[in-house]
Amino acid sequence: MNASLLPLNRAQRRDLLETTSLFGGVPLTRREAMRRCVYGSAGLLLMEPFGIGAQEAAPLGKAKTVIQVWLWGGPSHIDTFDPKPEAGRDFSGALDAPIKTNVDGIQIGQLLPELAKQADKYSLIRSMTHGNNGHETAAYLVQTGRTSERDVFPSLGAVTSYFKGYDAGYKGLIPPYIVLTQPQGRFSEAGFLGPKYKPFATGGDPAASVFEVEGVIAPGISAQRQQERRAFMRGLNTLGGALPGDSTLKSVFQSEEMAYELILGDAGKLFDLSLEADATRERYGRSTFGQSCLMARRLAEKGVPYVTINYQGWDTHKQHFQTMNRKLPELDQGLAALISDLSERGLLDSTIVWCLGEFGRTPKVQTESPWNGGRHHYGKVFSALLAGGGFKGGQVVGSSNATAEEVKDRPVYPADVIGSIYQQLGIPAESKLPHPLGTLTYVVPGKEEKVPMGGLLKEIM
Amino acid sequence: MTARLFILAASLIAGSALALDPVFESSPMQLRTGATLTASDKIDELVLKRLHELNLKPANVCSDAVFLRRAYLCVIGTLPEEEEVREFLTSKEPDRRTKLIDELLQRDEFADYWTMKWGDILRVKAEFPIKLWPNAAQAYHRWIYASVRGNKPFHQFVHELLVANGSNFREGEVNFYRAMQDRSPRGMAATVALTFLGERADKWPKKKLDALAGFFSQIAFKNTAEWKEEIVYFDPDADKEGLSKQAIFPDGKPVQIPRGGEDLRGVFAEWLLRPENPWFSRNITNRVWSWLMGHGIVHEPDDHRAENPPSNPALLELLQREFVTTRCDMKHLFRIILNSQTFQLSSIPAQETNEAIANFAHYPLRRMEAEVLIDALNQLTRTEESYSSPIPEPFTFVPEDVRAIALADGSITSSFLELYGRPPRDTGFESERNRNTSAAQRLHLLNSSHVHGKVKACPLVTEAGNASPAILAERIYITVLSRPPTEKELTKITAYADSTSTSSRELAEDLVWALMNQPEFIYIH
Repeated sequence: MNASLLPLNRAQRRDLLETTSLFGGVPLTRREAMRRCVYGSAGLLLMEPFGIGAQEAAPLGKAKTVIQVWLWGGPSHIDTFDPKPEAGRDFSGALDAPIKTNVDGIQIGQLLPELAKQADKYSLIRSMTHGNNGHETAAYLVQTGRTSERDVFPSLGAVTSYFKGYDAGYKGLIPPYIVLTQPQGRFSEAGFLGPKYKPFATGGDPAASVFEVEGVIAPGISAQRQQERRAFMRGLNTLGGALPGDSTLKSVFQSEEMAYELILGDAGKLFDLSLEADATRERYGRSTFGQSCLMARRLAEKGVPYVTINYQGWDTHKQHFQTMNRKLPELDQGLAALISDLSERGLLDSTIVWCLGEFGRTPKVQTESPWNGGRHHYGKVFSALLAGGGFKGGQVVGSSNATAEEVKDRPVYPADVIGSIYQQLGIPAESKLPHPLGTLTYVVPGKEEKVPMGGLLKEIM
Repeated sequence: MTARLFILAASLIAGSALALDPVFESSPMQLRTGATLTASDKIDELVLKRLHELNLKPANVCSDAVFLRRAYLCVIGTLPEEEEVREFLTSKEPDRRTKLIDELLQRDEFADYWTMKWGDILRVKAEFPIKLWPNAAQAYHRWIYASVRGNKPFHQFVHELLVANGSNFREGEVNFYRAMQDRSPRGMAATVALTFLGERADKWPKKKLDALAGFFSQIAFKNTAEWKEEIVYFDPDADKEGLSKQAIFPDGKPVQIPRGGEDLRGVFAEWLLRPENPWFSRNITNRVWSWLMGHGIVHEPDDHRAENPPSNPALLELLQREFVTTRCDMKHLFRIILNSQTFQLSSIPAQETNEAIANFAHYPLRRMEAEVLIDALNQLTRTEESYSSPIPEPFTFVPEDVRAIALADGSITSSFLELYGRPPRDTGFESERNRNTSAAQRLHLLNSSHVHGKVKACPLVTEAGNASPAILAERIYITVLSRPPTEKELTKITAYADSTSTSSRELAEDLVWALMNQPEFIYIH
């Protein structure tokens, strides 16, 4: 499905030139396609020698899909992947009895028993850090790896869409970058890459009886009525009749054709979760999150390069433990089912799953009023889960101190994780991004950007 | 079309040999002659002269219905109401177009819409990466709104921005200096160059930027006891690099450094806003032209440089002269452009070349801006959106009757506005606003529950009763497309009603949906 990232042969090049963009913007012009071919995306014909990248270069991976499980609001690291029972109840609160996993020596939070059975399939990073406690800035840092104050960089998803999407020969109607179900909207996910690389947000609720993917599935309108209306609408295009050669109207027409292929074609079936066995749906849990995980698996099977699950409700300044008691079992069931199901289907080797939020939460419980047992934002240390796509399982990278308040060893910065994911996706660190002002910019920050980095996650690659 | 008029037109201009399309066109362009030429006449004269030199022909002048819709969408970012359409299309007054322009320039929506445009250029946004903060974004927006509404002379508008001092919550205009990702003297200088000279400082030699940065090297920021309040003030000690001593005007003229301790921003403003400073007036007149005409005389309108010359220098000079001699009267500038036949040309081209577009031989198709489109959908279906911004605290909730063009804060959460290319307001570049069409946009308008819900709730549908197809169609066309249906269209609609044997209500639903999905609806034409 994805074109090789090696220099293109003649046929591939022709394919690329004929590829029009489905989601976002007008079709590529020939010249634009050539430019992409030379500087960016598919071609990577002109790679330049690159300092850091060259030294650290490991063989490029073959992962095809990334599933980003985004715990929106910032999940508590001490209650999930970095428990510290010895720190006492001032820190652990009621969740002070972590459980063993199926990997010797690794313990995780007590509300994650299903994930405990899958620990051999994922690795944990317990020394994530960026030090920022603002939601929007931290969300930007974690998903772009950049600290720049001057430019707005694209997120990992948009960059993947740029290098693995339509410009790289990705075919098919399903957009290459999908968000289940609501976009974050905190920063423009596409940054300076522009709207063409924004994710397609499904809207709707995959746990509802019909998953109404916005625009694709409209209940109550039969295929026949859709067809009749389409012909009716086309017949009334008087302006189009007066402007037969207009290039703008041509691109509108092309966009419309693609939209109708989604509405009337087989794409709708992909989003029809009722086609899954009941047992499978139960396995993931009937929550919105659980069914989003199931949907993400279906998208991974189709070879969609990037899927983000925006899982809301982790900003627990108040009612923290009540919320954990409710949410962690949901997370546990959905995420464990996703990882094990991908593994059983032989997809885990080519699918990266990473799960984290914009930061962790204060390890010390905030007992005073009005928080009454809440936890605040904590960017100094947090945890991430990373599975599949060539990453080893059953490992722990880095550690925090006894109270999970400081990084003890091996600080891991967002740029390290992102760079490692690019590596596994086969996107070389020295691949260029098309900066709007022409500044030479690589997918992984160069030294001159002064972005803190601790190095690629070689331990688990 | 009478042969006489055609011959008359052909003898006056290069000759338009196109047959008129009565839905979209009214008459060939005719050059007015005589002793009392208006500024609008002079615009047409210069445009035609240039077209003649290039051996290009102008399009015909657009029909009243097209003019009405274009004027509403371009001047107030708002769809005309059914009654407004009927009144205008039955008017026999010879100067009805001029009168409509005058009326529109007085509307409240004029201030809403142009405040939105300035919000893009001046980066009014609470959140990342500009981080003005909600209270300050509101204050900044209020200040712009009051200025636009009162038609503040443009040089005064710019002067107040440039020399602003005070609290971000209380003096809205100080946020000009806060709404920048890079608050270093060079960063501020680059923003000033982009905003008021229309030049991109990244294409300047470093020396020139350093020289301009000197004027902005003594701006300081400090917090107060109030959460997120910030004071912008003049502080001679803020200039750590000694840039102020090297300040030179962008035209290379040295600065008469005033008595010690004076804020150099005022000195720069004085230089910038002199009537004889061509860099100032060419930037704003070209921007306004570009906003109304869909293409700059210099294009992109914020990329003035020697290698990117104006397509019609005499035209730009005329606008500048008019602007300066009316003491930077923005509405006058609007008026002379809107009253020109050039603005009123049809979108049906006499020839389809890039040169024709760059020289204004016809009116280009432009997709409605995101905010204008959602407001138009809401207006014709009598539905509302609910806007809010959950980050940062304090949360912002917007009353439901507030239209999208009137939103103060560019970071209000809305997936519709995102989808249709609302600019992120990160840089102030005009190109940040995306007006392309994507398949995702088409998908949304064709088949989303959001749009289906609006159509179903639309009074044109719910109140369809047992009306005949012809009666339904007439009202729906006037409301959605601002014109009556043609005979040919009526025939098709009747045939559709017969073949699908739908109820009046279903027919109304299908027709409202079919018309709001027409390029004629989505595109300003």
